[in-house]
Amino acid sequence: MNSGYLDSFPAAIILLPFLAAFAGLLLVRRRRPPAEITRTLRAPDTGPSTRDEPADSAQPPNRESQPEGSQAGSPAQAEESQAGSPGDSEVLPAETADPAANRRAAWFAVIPTALAAILATWLAWSQGFAFFDRLNGSSRPTPPAGGTYGQIDTGGVPISLTLQADDLSSILAVLVTLVALAVQVYSIGYLKDDPRYPSYSAFISLFTSAMLLVVYAGDLLVLYVGWEVMGLCSYLLIGHWWEDRANSRAAVKAFLVTRLGDVGFLFGVFVLGVAADSFRISDVIAAVPQMSTGTLVAATMLLLAGVAGKSAQVPLHTWLPDAMAGPTPISALIHAATMVAAGIFLVARLFPVFVAAQPTLDVLAVLAALGMLGAALAALAQDDLKRVLAYSTISQLAYMAAGLAAGSDTAAIFHLLTHGAFKALLFLCAGVVIHHVGANLMSQMGGLRRALPVTFVTMTIGFAALMGLPPTSGFFSKDGLLVAIERALADGGLTDAAGLLLYGCALATMAVTGAYATRAWLRTFFGEVRVVALPEPEPGTAHVIDVREAPRSMLVPIVLLAVPALLLGFAVAGHLDWAAAAISVALALLGAGIVYAFWRGDPVADPARLLGPLRAPCERAFYVDTVYTALFVRPVLALARLVVSTDHRVVDGAVRGSGRSARDVSGLLRFAQNGNVQLYVSGVLAGVLLIAVGAVMLG
Amino acid sequence: MNWLPIALLGVPLLGATLLLIPATAQGRFLRAYGLAASGITLALAVLLAATWEYGGPPLPQATVDLPWIPALGLRFHLGVDGISLPLVVLTALLTFLCFAYLCWGDARQPGQLLSGVRPRALVFTLLVLEVGMIGTFLALDLLLFFVFFEVVLIPMYFVIAIWGGPGRRAAATKFILYTLLGSVVLLLGLLIIWAQTGTLDIVALAQSHGAGMPRSVQILAFVAIGIGLAVKTPMWPLHTWLPDAHTEAPTVGSVLLAGVLLKMGTYGFARIAIPILPEGAAVVAPWLGAFAVVGIIYGALACLAQRDLKRMIAYSSVGHMGFVLLGFATLTTVGINGALFGNVAHGLITGLLFFLAGGIKERYKTADMPALGGGMLVRFPHLGALLTFACVASLGLPGLAGFWGEMLALLGSFDPAEGLSRPLYLAFMAIAGLGALLTAAYFLVMLSRVTHGRPSPRPTLAGVGGGGERGLSSAPEPASEAVLDARDARGYELVAWVPLVVLILLFGLWPKALLALTTPVVESLLGVSL
Repeated sequence: MNSGYLDSFPAAIILLPFLAAFAGLLLVRRRRPPAEITRTLRAPDTGPSTRDEPADSAQPPNRESQPEGSQAGSPAQAEESQAGSPGDSEVLPAETADPAANRRAAWFAVIPTALAAILATWLAWSQGFAFFDRLNGSSRPTPPAGGTYGQIDTGGVPISLTLQADDLSSILAVLVTLVALAVQVYSIGYLKDDPRYPSYSAFISLFTSAMLLVVYAGDLLVLYVGWEVMGLCSYLLIGHWWEDRANSRAAVKAFLVTRLGDVGFLFGVFVLGVAADSFRISDVIAAVPQMSTGTLVAATMLLLAGVAGKSAQVPLHTWLPDAMAGPTPISALIHAATMVAAGIFLVARLFPVFVAAQPTLDVLAVLAALGMLGAALAALAQDDLKRVLAYSTISQLAYMAAGLAAGSDTAAIFHLLTHGAFKALLFLCAGVVIHHVGANLMSQMGGLRRALPVTFVTMTIGFAALMGLPPTSGFFSKDGLLVAIERALADGGLTDAAGLLLYGCALATMAVTGAYATRAWLRTFFGEVRVVALPEPEPGTAHVIDVREAPRSMLVPIVLLAVPALLLGFAVAGHLDWAAAAISVALALLGAGIVYAFWRGDPVADPARLLGPLRAPCERAFYVDTVYTALFVRPVLALARLVVSTDHRVVDGAVRGSGRSARDVSGLLRFAQNGNVQLYVSGVLAGVLLIAVGAVMLG
Repeated sequence: MNWLPIALLGVPLLGATLLLIPATAQGRFLRAYGLAASGITLALAVLLAATWEYGGPPLPQATVDLPWIPALGLRFHLGVDGISLPLVVLTALLTFLCFAYLCWGDARQPGQLLSGVRPRALVFTLLVLEVGMIGTFLALDLLLFFVFFEVVLIPMYFVIAIWGGPGRRAAATKFILYTLLGSVVLLLGLLIIWAQTGTLDIVALAQSHGAGMPRSVQILAFVAIGIGLAVKTPMWPLHTWLPDAHTEAPTVGSVLLAGVLLKMGTYGFARIAIPILPEGAAVVAPWLGAFAVVGIIYGALACLAQRDLKRMIAYSSVGHMGFVLLGFATLTTVGINGALFGNVAHGLITGLLFFLAGGIKERYKTADMPALGGGMLVRFPHLGALLTFACVASLGLPGLAGFWGEMLALLGSFDPAEGLSRPLYLAFMAIAGLGALLTAAYFLVMLSRVTHGRPSPRPTLAGVGGGGERGLSSAPEPASEAVLDARDARGYELVAWVPLVVLILLFGLWPKALLALTTPVVESLLGVSL
């Protein structure tokens, strides 16, 4: 039934940003004339280079404490090194952005992503946006588009390079490409003066490509490739401002925590692949009835580790708030379209496998219940606007996980779509706010609705959708989730305890969501304009520019994203459960009302004080990071030091010891070789005597 | 094509021999000479790969079988099959890249040893080394294999002992004594096989799958050969020669040591130990697997607390070779495929890592990470970016070469060969997976320490002084040299590095290129019926 050309679309959609990434890395920068090269060294290809930081190159040579073991030895050396430093700062490029290179990079970034978005939309459109049909209850099977591009024989279960675009993949690819396009366009303005913009935009392209590979993959190991490459891209982008060690640490943490989950994920893939004798997703799903419950539970539990890592679910959620170290558009990309969406998508992709493994769904329900409420409470206490949004992402993703656990993959994916739209919107708006204020902290914001009218309107839409207020998209998708959870409780789709916990937490989270969204909204846009001394642009924060509203390249994506955030819900408007909707809106308004009352009482003070003694634990996200550090990080580091000393003393010590003892033994033997002929003759005689006696005795 | 194996050995050997004529080659001519000799060898290796009959029966192609010492039944038997072809090409490539690194341009840079002491001896040594390395992969006679295996040690000893760092004497002595001791045990094992079967022909022995050797003899022979090969691999706890040798060896020595010499040990498992002694392998495999996973974790932990960059990469080799050994220990096609893939991938990636570490050491005059400070991406953007790439490849990111070997080794141990304890291998798999996580941890922590942050001011760099490469003139550097010293990746370095980057990407994106070669051979060696 498929027309042939559609089958090549998934490959084309993946390859476009992939090739754009390479082109962006390799082709953007031109070689400078040689005379200039010797003065300022730049990165024509992969290498990101310095940001413009005059303070850095002018620093005194000995500002940083000297690491041990490298102290300048003689006065002569010290002198030489002192002499070296001015030359050094000369060599170090006092670098500014190269506008021409940035412009070229922008073209390389935007055009392929736009093409991919067009193709993805075309593909989904030609399949009639079948996902929404499924959401509305009429399941009309659509033949997936795609193809197999060869098979890798491993000697065991083969890997087939299959891409497939069914209703689920197609709709998600639209979300991914559109949000990526919005982020790419937005970044042109946001990182206008950043000398590393070319590599940055190339990494976004690679990120997009990897996520699209996950979405379109028809084989679990192909999916895993995209899954892991995303981890790398998040590392590179979160650490974009790596001059600051804290950003670098956040990037490493994001990679390692997600990789911890990914190890489990890979093993889960092994379990499924070996049980089904194929890594192809369709084969795996078809083989589910033949698999034993033990296999299914083991596989899904292992996969769940990967899902928790990527989608930032308890207990592997700790990387996400720290990932705010990256530039704000990256947060939008990670939180809305890529990375965290991948985990939820994977469960939906393999939903028949998960449904067959009831214990896993119970575990998922409990994790989701803990995650949604805990993260929402943490969001209520944060002062950093981006961290509020980060914790809200964890909380909203837990909603989706709850929907999956309750047995409704469509409701979860629909919330993923609406969340993708409104969270991207919220982050991009937050980027404008941060750009304007020059700080992330809400205690330095306030009264911005007059200065940033467009942002105010769009961000209000975003917050309304986050709270689930009608008529925004979030209202409809949250309603669907709540209905699914209620039904799971009623039908016994979940174990009773897990179901009750989930339902209770879901309701409580509605109220807390209303509270933290209102708090962020009020503290950003209302109240007094705080007088803030504009700080130096430091890595980790955006450059400060003093225009009233952000540049057009930043505003256009925001306005365009506000449309689906507002209207996407009407795709399923016919299927609203009014009772559940009334409950959720009432709870959200209750939370909002309490915060508003506290805020009216004292507009300058933080409404988070309503948490009382809970405030400190919430602000520290219940000390999970501290516990992990004490439980895992420190012991591993101590063990590493132990290994090094053991290796030196014991393992290598045995080797050196054997060498030394060989020499010692030879030293002993040397005493016999003392040149005394009488001793030699006595030795020979003694030997002859021994042999003679031996011969007599034994013979 | 039967002349190709002879030519592959003959060209570098002839090249080395001609250098014995005194006062022939100096300066520019010597550089062109070295490039030409290794270049022709590489061209021959590529020709071998190009004329290779893909999809043919899993037997050695391009064979040469001549009587060598008839009285002992020794034959000069060479040939190439799907297992050895990638390694032969890798050897020729890495040797050529080393020469390119040494000879490109005016060869006056600090890493280019040809402007230092004894340039003619260096070219001679490297060419002899190449003969030994290629010969090891070509040999199809047990004793011939052993001879080439040993030939390699001597030139490598001199590379470390003459052109190495300050502690080179001790490191070189340790290297040669340790590996010679391993070789003695290896020889014993080979002789046991000879005594039992009366033949030294690897092909015939592999086809008989251990027939004619009682189980106990097979176990004994496998242990002996295994220990001999494990020293070279190196397997924990026989690894301690490696960090010293790597730290003290010059850049080209480290590259060849990691890129090729370690492969000879693992290649021996695939070529000799497992096919010829299947029953012995089945008994010893769990032990091999246990040592392998201990090596993975141990190597990763040792890396995590390491201060010296080159030493860290050396320990990372212990971990990666652990994955290779784990693949062999599964005794499955998947696992051995993974091991062979990991072998080649490690050669490319760690070769690149040692090139980069050498480049860093020349610029900063130290490889001590605290002394390096940070901010390499500011000071040397290219170098920092390439280092990031190499580390990411080494930690096993899918889409780059390092992933497939690890993944297949893990998949193999998820479903090990019949007769092996499944729970035990599942435990191995879980531990190895944890090791993969630790691998990512130490590489990222290293990148964070070295490439990120702001560069520490110059004094900490010059403060360490001296050390570095001995080939460099020891006079204090003039100011112009200091600026030159701060140059980012230079031409001769990029010439050596870029091909490795391309191949890492190629094998990562298209693993079939290697797997299609090795799968049929591995299946026939294991006696898996198709």
